[in-house]
Amino acid sequence: MKTKHKLGLIFVVFTVFVSIAGWYLSRRSIPILQPAGQMGRKELHLMLFALLLAVIVVIPTYAIAIMIAIKYREENHEKSRKRVKYDPDFDHSRLFESIWWGIPIVIIGILSVVTWNSSHALDPYKPLASNKKPLTIQVVSLDWKWLFIYPKQHVASVNLAEIPVGVPVDFHVTSDTIMNSFWIPALGGQIYAMPSMDTQLHEQADKTGSFMGSPANIAGHGFSRMDFTVRAASQTGFDAWVKQARQASKQLDNQTYQALAKPSDNVPVTYYSGVMDGLYNDIVMKYMMPQTGAAQ
Amino acid sequence: MIGSFAIAWLGRLSWHAFPQAAVTRGAAVGIVLGALVVLTLLTYFHKWRWLWHEWLTTQDPKRIGVMYVIVAVAMLLRGGSDAVMMRLQQAVSVGSNNGPFSPDTFQQVFSAHGTIMIFFVAMGLMFGIINLVLPQQLGSRDVAFPFMNALSFWLFTSGMILINLSLVVGEFSAAGWLAYPPLSELKFSPGVGVDYWIWSLQIAGVGSLMSGINFLVTIVKNRCQGMTMMKMPMFAWSVFGSMILVAFAFPILTVTLTLLFLDRALGMHFFTAGAGGNAMMYVNLIWAWGHPEVYILVLPSFGIYSEIVATFSRKRLFGYTSMVWAIGAIVFLSFTVWLHHFFTMGAGADVNAVFGIATMLIAIPTGVKIFNWLFTMYRGRIRFTSPMVWFMGFVFLFITGGVTGVLMAVPAIDFQVHNSLFLVAHFHTMIISGVVFGFFAGLTYWLPKVLGFRLHEGLGKIAAWCWIIGFMLAFFPLYILGLMGATRRLDHYDASLGWQPLFIVAGIGAAVIVAGIVCQLLQLAVSIWQRNERRDLTGDPWNGRTLEWSVPSPTPFYVFTKLPVVTERDQFWADKQAGKKQGGYEDIILPKNSGVPIIIGGLSFLVGFGAIWHIWLLAIVGLLGIITALIVRSMNDEPEYVLTAKEVERLENARRRKLKEYAVYE
Repeated sequence: MKTKHKLGLIFVVFTVFVSIAGWYLSRRSIPILQPAGQMGRKELHLMLFALLLAVIVVIPTYAIAIMIAIKYREENHEKSRKRVKYDPDFDHSRLFESIWWGIPIVIIGILSVVTWNSSHALDPYKPLASNKKPLTIQVVSLDWKWLFIYPKQHVASVNLAEIPVGVPVDFHVTSDTIMNSFWIPALGGQIYAMPSMDTQLHEQADKTGSFMGSPANIAGHGFSRMDFTVRAASQTGFDAWVKQARQASKQLDNQTYQALAKPSDNVPVTYYSGVMDGLYNDIVMKYMMPQTGAAQ
Repeated sequence: MIGSFAIAWLGRLSWHAFPQAAVTRGAAVGIVLGALVVLTLLTYFHKWRWLWHEWLTTQDPKRIGVMYVIVAVAMLLRGGSDAVMMRLQQAVSVGSNNGPFSPDTFQQVFSAHGTIMIFFVAMGLMFGIINLVLPQQLGSRDVAFPFMNALSFWLFTSGMILINLSLVVGEFSAAGWLAYPPLSELKFSPGVGVDYWIWSLQIAGVGSLMSGINFLVTIVKNRCQGMTMMKMPMFAWSVFGSMILVAFAFPILTVTLTLLFLDRALGMHFFTAGAGGNAMMYVNLIWAWGHPEVYILVLPSFGIYSEIVATFSRKRLFGYTSMVWAIGAIVFLSFTVWLHHFFTMGAGADVNAVFGIATMLIAIPTGVKIFNWLFTMYRGRIRFTSPMVWFMGFVFLFITGGVTGVLMAVPAIDFQVHNSLFLVAHFHTMIISGVVFGFFAGLTYWLPKVLGFRLHEGLGKIAAWCWIIGFMLAFFPLYILGLMGATRRLDHYDASLGWQPLFIVAGIGAAVIVAGIVCQLLQLAVSIWQRNERRDLTGDPWNGRTLEWSVPSPTPFYVFTKLPVVTERDQFWADKQAGKKQGGYEDIILPKNSGVPIIIGGLSFLVGFGAIWHIWLLAIVGLLGIITALIVRSMNDEPEYVLTAKEVERLENARRRKLKEYAVYE
């Protein structure tokens, strides 16, 4: 086959592939590309900007690679009517080398500034600017389920977190077992859940909906069966949910917590109508000071 | 009486240690049968003496290199089967279907896959190729410390046997390839799996550290007359960079593994949750080794590409000085970026930003290297042999991996894709195209020098294309899955997520890669079959540039009849241009064979096995044995012998006569 035909074939195959992939993906939910929260949206914009900067370098590089590979083939030296240069001792050029040290330095320089600023602006520990009072949810990773404690509302739930739309949510995250990672792709970002540590994630849903939550760090036997859901509802919907949770028969006292903390997976959504005061704090602190705390 | 005897000699070992699940039982039977077949064949053909004298006790780096490559290829098949099992599980384990493997088996499979691929495939191929090529490229006959070189290999092999033994006796770690605590602590992993992981890496890691020091000294001390540092071939430079990293990074691994073992065996609290332990310290330490490890692997591969591109473009390497500086920058920067593996730990914006920027900086020297390779091709006469197909595949894929790498270097973006399949796709792009393709290209390029005949080109090209296309099918869907929110290491997922079609495509990709591996094995078999027609009579099958091509193929055990003198960077090319031929004869000092390295390898296996199963007596016996072996070795006043110039001449003439016989086939 001639090179021209080969390239044509590659182009056709490529186009067919991309079209099939595009058709398939247009019918799927891709939470990171379709964020439902401001953090996720800003992260996506950042990703697209960084991608654009990278593509500015990559496309010419690919083009140069293809052109050089085609033009300076051995066969081309012999067949081509145009004379193709062969210069076996051409091994340095201050100009060329300055270009490919220089351009990446400039691009990475720009990206470094963006990185510095975005690391601070999108720091998951930074509270989101809002005129609404944030909702605090304490998240505990257990073997193998997620416990969500609403300290103000005095309710708790397992494997489902209900949040109001348009209200910043302060997640405080810890683990009472193996380390895990608390990730809600549609809202943006994740943070490790570690025993004896209290990490934070500030997020806000801008749309109602039900979002997949993912345990993003391997945590033993039941790790694949501890996914959770985050449901964003209107403020009235959220209030109704809290009311519903308060009707639950079970309360999260020390005994119930100990039972819950025992290994189990595929745990259905469960509500608790009351939560022992300071439970989250006890869970974090028990690794620090083993003598104190009720959650022993 | 019997009880204490059992504790001393059996430790935790009991009948329950033998595999219960059908999959692992099958693998165990396979391994045992395979070993038995090999042993029977060796006995039947009376090959034990030959094996012992020619291979097991050798200190010839060329032979040690071949053994490294054989072990690494065997491990590629093992790690590859693990990969196929993972793809199979993730393609079918949806909704009500739980897939062929239980979560615990699956977690052992991916832990073994990562560990084996990095430590026993990539490291094995790397040390193998360095052994085969580096001394000759430097115009030297041997490495600086031949005994230690053999010892490194046998420690590597001892670790390899230990990790595979976990299939037969006991279990393997289910804690991922880096075994983060608290999961890897005794409380959550009470079995022997993590101990197998610790000890196979510990023993192999000590071997790697010794290799690193050995090659470093070789480069500093063993260069031939006239070869200044700036006249070294680029492969030697990249090995130099890589071995500096080995020397600084592997001690961190040794210490980290030791601390984890102390936690597990003696109830200490370095990394436990509670009692003052801190798992975050482990994560920092393991990546302070783990990130440089990536560059340990990729730098030699870059070196191989530099040699290949120059040879097949029939041109000098472009920007030699730039390349050296780029290696230096990569070596330095690779120690300043480990935190980018856990931005999500919550270290804070300042820390994250600094490590993010340091990470991006690495893109600059790496990009420079790619442009220098492309401009080596510019105004060249390029022959697209199979090593060049691997190289072109590398250029195109590696750049895509570089782009996703730069994305993930921005902490705010990493928060969204960390630990997802996006990350898995990224690092496989870097390691498969950057490391594996490079080593395959290097093997195709240098095996004629080792074997004395060329490999089948057609099959080599088909293999390369299978790998390139299979790679894209297997890993590009993972990028999308990552964006869909798919975490790595899932043994099961919900049908409503709609991930299955992409996992199936990834599975097809894995099958295409397997086809590529089959082609490679076929290529080797066919080439051995047709070896007489494929003989390389000139010693210079590719029109090479560096000193290894100036000696005959296969390289005689004494390599150079007289050590060469260098005045140019591409000395052999310059000699050919000038119509010059270096030669002559001289007395040659060579190391004698020694059984001590393989014996120490065996004893260190006992130490590892004893420590894993808490058979402390066995571990102590092994340790005392190692000390004794080293003392015995140090008593040996004559580890070398002299091959006289006359003898060399006689051997050379015999070789030339043989060449004439082969020439009949031409």
